[in-house]
Amino acid sequence: MRGRPHLHTSYSADQALMPTTTKKVALAIFLVLAALAPIASSIPIYPDFLGNNDWMKLLSHVAIFGIGALGINLLTGVAGQVSLGHAFFMGLGAYVGVVFGAPAGDLWGWGLPMWIWLPMAGIIPAAIGLLVGPAAVRVRGLYLAFATLGLVFIGEWAWRNLKFITGGSFAGRRFPEFQLRMWKEEEPLVDFASDGVWLGFEISEEAKVYLLMLGLLVVATVLAKNLQRTRAGRAFQAIRDRDIAAEIMGVNEFKYKLMAFGISSAYAGVAGALFASFVGRQIPETWDLFLSVEFIAIILIGGAGTVSGALMGSAFVILLPRLVQDFTEWLSNVIADGEGLLASVADAVISVSPDDFGVVNILPGAGPGLSVFQLNQVLFGLLVILFMIFEPLGLYGIWLRIRNYWKGWPFTY
Amino acid sequence: MARLLTMEILAQAEYSKLAGTIVSGLSLGTIYALLAMGFVIIFKATQVVNFAHGAMATLGAFITAGVAVELNFPGRFLDLPPLLGWSISVLTALALSALTGILLERVFLRPMVGEELFSVAIVTVGMNIILMTIVTDYIGPDPRSMADPWGDAAVDLGFVIIAHTEIAQFLVAAALVVLVGVFFRSRTGIAMRATAFDQEAARAQGINVGAIFAIAWAIGAVLATVGGIFGSVYPRRIGVFPDTALLVFRAFPAIILGGLDSVTGAVVGGLAVGVAEAAAGSYLNHSLFGTGFSGIVPYLVMMIVLFIRPYGIFGTAEVRRV
Repeated sequence: MRGRPHLHTSYSADQALMPTTTKKVALAIFLVLAALAPIASSIPIYPDFLGNNDWMKLLSHVAIFGIGALGINLLTGVAGQVSLGHAFFMGLGAYVGVVFGAPAGDLWGWGLPMWIWLPMAGIIPAAIGLLVGPAAVRVRGLYLAFATLGLVFIGEWAWRNLKFITGGSFAGRRFPEFQLRMWKEEEPLVDFASDGVWLGFEISEEAKVYLLMLGLLVVATVLAKNLQRTRAGRAFQAIRDRDIAAEIMGVNEFKYKLMAFGISSAYAGVAGALFASFVGRQIPETWDLFLSVEFIAIILIGGAGTVSGALMGSAFVILLPRLVQDFTEWLSNVIADGEGLLASVADAVISVSPDDFGVVNILPGAGPGLSVFQLNQVLFGLLVILFMIFEPLGLYGIWLRIRNYWKGWPFTY
Repeated sequence: MARLLTMEILAQAEYSKLAGTIVSGLSLGTIYALLAMGFVIIFKATQVVNFAHGAMATLGAFITAGVAVELNFPGRFLDLPPLLGWSISVLTALALSALTGILLERVFLRPMVGEELFSVAIVTVGMNIILMTIVTDYIGPDPRSMADPWGDAAVDLGFVIIAHTEIAQFLVAAALVVLVGVFFRSRTGIAMRATAFDQEAARAQGINVGAIFAIAWAIGAVLATVGGIFGSVYPRRIGVFPDTALLVFRAFPAIILGGLDSVTGAVVGGLAVGVAEAAAGSYLNHSLFGTGFSGIVPYLVMMIVLFIRPYGIFGTAEVRRV
């Protein structure tokens, strides 16, 4: 078959994860680069990029949200069940994780090792998802979105009031650290929570956490990608595209919708537990409607129903605020440097003093114009709108267009 | 001991707890009903599930505060009695809100006509984020006063106290419900119902569907603003604050309860949810149900109703075809 990569002679070849050599090589290079990112700081070209601990944190954040996005993508993108309840299941996972993993104290905690609390953070939300699932399966379309929206508010009330687990609204609670132990012994086998030396390399805490998250993300991605290729995955897509037609063809709608709910909740739970531990301390208000909306936006910006879209979307949504922040800082430096067209344009955009007009202000405290955080919010909203209007397939759709253009280049097709 | 004392004082004053609960429940309910009605009209006429309704209510209330206090219109030109002056300010603000509504629809939602319901809903989520961020930025850290002429004045009926704002609210809401009812019997209203039924068929009948969309959004924005204003005055708040938008999130259950596509349902659902919330607030034991339980009563009611009737009480069941 050499030279004809798109000639598939069997169903399994058609459904292969890596149909072409190019894809294999590209993915391998990407994974190697991702794994080497922590030592990028020793490359003298751009020392502040990637190897920097700030960037390690951002990339870990991307990986955690990637895991969560894979879950909502499965439910909303693949199975077509619009759920705004993702934040609820993330919170549930986080609190299950903390009860299992945190040391006993004023608040509930059993101090069990990570290989117990992390899977439990997936299993118990999945069980709860299966429990509320039968009720949710009855409710269709937008009514389901509203029902799950109710779940988020009810969850927030529950977290606020279960003070013996969550620590309440003011204090919140410390979440277990990333440390691998056999059982409850003092010295962890692998400690992700402090700087150390791995394989002769000095490696920071942030870089260790990043590598852990990268590993978990790879596992989650492979599972999600494979699930889409199974009988269940095809059933999900059939239900999304035409539920009655699917039922006529023998797809058990109830069973597969329930399954989608369960698996998506498991992903959400794990992502929630990881996120809580990654940040360290969380208050119950973390798991609010905005978090759910953020996840819906991630899969829409990335491209609903595609695994790579979910990952691209989370990278985009998490990294954008940082890039905007860097950009505004750069603009303010341009103003400080002085003259020229660029400086006057920058001056119009940014206000550096209280009486200066600008869309964005970088002063501490309130001033004229939006703060950088608010600018990011506005951009986020605007991007969601623009993607829905101009590219419903999201980043994945853009990638498809670029790829198809170069496939036939220099011919048009 | 202290508790006993309060009970005694209450008993002496002979205020009925039940009547008080019903009045505050109904006044909350009328706000929900106004918000729900606007939402349903927009949904029916334009097939848009408007998650930006909360932002529109907050923005509307904020515009009212701006016109009445900051611009001091018409007070800076004329010396009118407070109620008349304030009414003119509110009417000006309503006109501005209606324009905003029309503008939002024209810019962000017209390109989405014919797209899937959910995709359109997500566009309004984006609108909500943008509007809320900007309004929050402009409101600043302190609530903006609405400068309404009633303040905290109230009528004491002997067994229950009703704030003047609540009386005004009941009257205004009743008038608006009647107006909406009359509107749907007018020529334009019938055209809107035809559009709600089938956009393309309505267009083929010579109905200007674009204009109908604009009218629906104007009505929705006006109703949201009125809801936002009454949600920002005594006895609820001391002024507009970003969390006025939360009122709409609590009005969603009212919408679902009545059915997404029923105006009657929106009114009934709004009142029912309001009374249920107030009743939970005054009768349920706080140590047992925790703080903030009354705030989630609307959602609990909504979820129970949805599991019994998946299309709400007054909503029409979707006809499913292969």
